[in-house]
Amino acid sequence: MSNHFYDRDLISISELSQSEISLILDTAKKIKQSPKKNLLQGKILASCFFEASTRTRLSFEAAMLKLGGGVCGFSDAGSTSAKKGESLYDSIKVITAYADVIVLRHPQEGAARMAAEVSNKPIINAGDGSNQHPSQTLLDLYTIYECQGRLDDLHIAFVGDLKYGRTVHSLSQACAAYNTKYYFVSPDILKMPEYICDYLSSKGMNYSIHSNINEIIDQVDILYITRLQKERFDEAEFKQIQGKYSLTAEMLREVKPNMRVMHPLPRVDEIEVAVDRTKHAYYFEQAENGLYVREALLALILNKELF
Amino acid sequence: MEKTLSVTAINNGTVIDHIPAGQAITILRLLKLVDHKNQVTIGLNLSGNRGFKDLIKMENRYLTDREMHEIAIFAPNATINTIKDFKVIKKHKALLPESVIDIMRCPNPRCVTQNEPLKTCFDLYKHNEIIKLRCKYCEKTFLREEVKEYVA
Ligand SMILES: [Zn+2]
Repeated sequence: MSNHFYDRDLISISELSQSEISLILDTAKKIKQSPKKNLLQGKILASCFFEASTRTRLSFEAAMLKLGGGVCGFSDAGSTSAKKGESLYDSIKVITAYADVIVLRHPQEGAARMAAEVSNKPIINAGDGSNQHPSQTLLDLYTIYECQGRLDDLHIAFVGDLKYGRTVHSLSQACAAYNTKYYFVSPDILKMPEYICDYLSSKGMNYSIHSNINEIIDQVDILYITRLQKERFDEAEFKQIQGKYSLTAEMLREVKPNMRVMHPLPRVDEIEVAVDRTKHAYYFEQAENGLYVREALLALILNKELF
Repeated sequence: MEKTLSVTAINNGTVIDHIPAGQAITILRLLKLVDHKNQVTIGLNLSGNRGFKDLIKMENRYLTDREMHEIAIFAPNATINTIKDFKVIKKHKALLPESVIDIMRCPNPRCVTQNEPLKTCFDLYKHNEIIKLRCKYCEKTFLREEVKEYVA
């Protein structure tokens, strides 16, 4: 069966329909169950990281290698001609000639959209400033699907920095297709932006706002925790609020048996290490799933036929 | 006063009425009317039925569909009258375009359009009489008042 992801760009999660997301998640599941060793033999991925993001870069590169393809690229702008003042436009024009697919990370918002217009090779957005990072959202959706067996009708709490977190913005918007009940747990100064709340309301979703994990922990299926950045608070203030948005093993006594804790990593101290040893910890599985989801994306974009 | 600026006062050309007060200058610039060899009359801060408004009359100048769309971004309730022999022969309501290319500058300092050789592009939405623009590149949404036009 032919596949309409072939030769397509992936710039923004909002461009994907529900059935397209399902296809990506199903493909990731198949690849996780049985690796496709030589699927992309002879194909080259250009891994273009104009700002450092070790985790994302390694997982895209590992995904390509696991499918039998090759990788070339750079891991920060310091080693490229961008430092000499070359425009991104010119860089992409040149790189396009070398590779079959370009994975792009860039500090400017909209960089991947522009690259897609310039390049005749597919572009995968691996983060453009605070705008989009669709493979992160897809791996989050895959992880939820994997640990809950479904995406529909779940109760999901988002905890921590909800104001600046691109990850939580994209994921919460994507979840609006699945009749999600949302719980937003954050300090007032880091609350979910109004435009996200408006979007969720316009999709008929329900959300509630909280200032303490304990208020909601026994009601949710997913506890999605993000890091509070210390530099946004003065020290005394940080100490005071920290506890309300951190998870300890002790707090897990009354939770639903199916409840799983997710975190985009790196964590600092918002999840106590003792939580790792409980059945509720799922953040390392989540990180590993990044590999399968990125394999699925590469397999679908570079391969004419579905498998 | 209103009478002397009335719609029928030009021979042939176009009268743009019901421009929000303060926007006539922007539209003048948009339509490059300063270079226009024929007579242009502008009325600023005229009192109309719905508060203050601006008005532009231009001899021997007619608007393309594209120009009418562009005017709507600055004057969504404008009326565009086409005049022949001192008579209004056509009355158009300004129609908001679906998108606007290369006219407005993205206010987001981190947007790729600030540094790269690109034409800006915004999708337009009107919700409860409020016009919003969404940048095609950085995907941020702005109120109409937040987005400035390029100065030609
Ligand atoms: Zn922009």
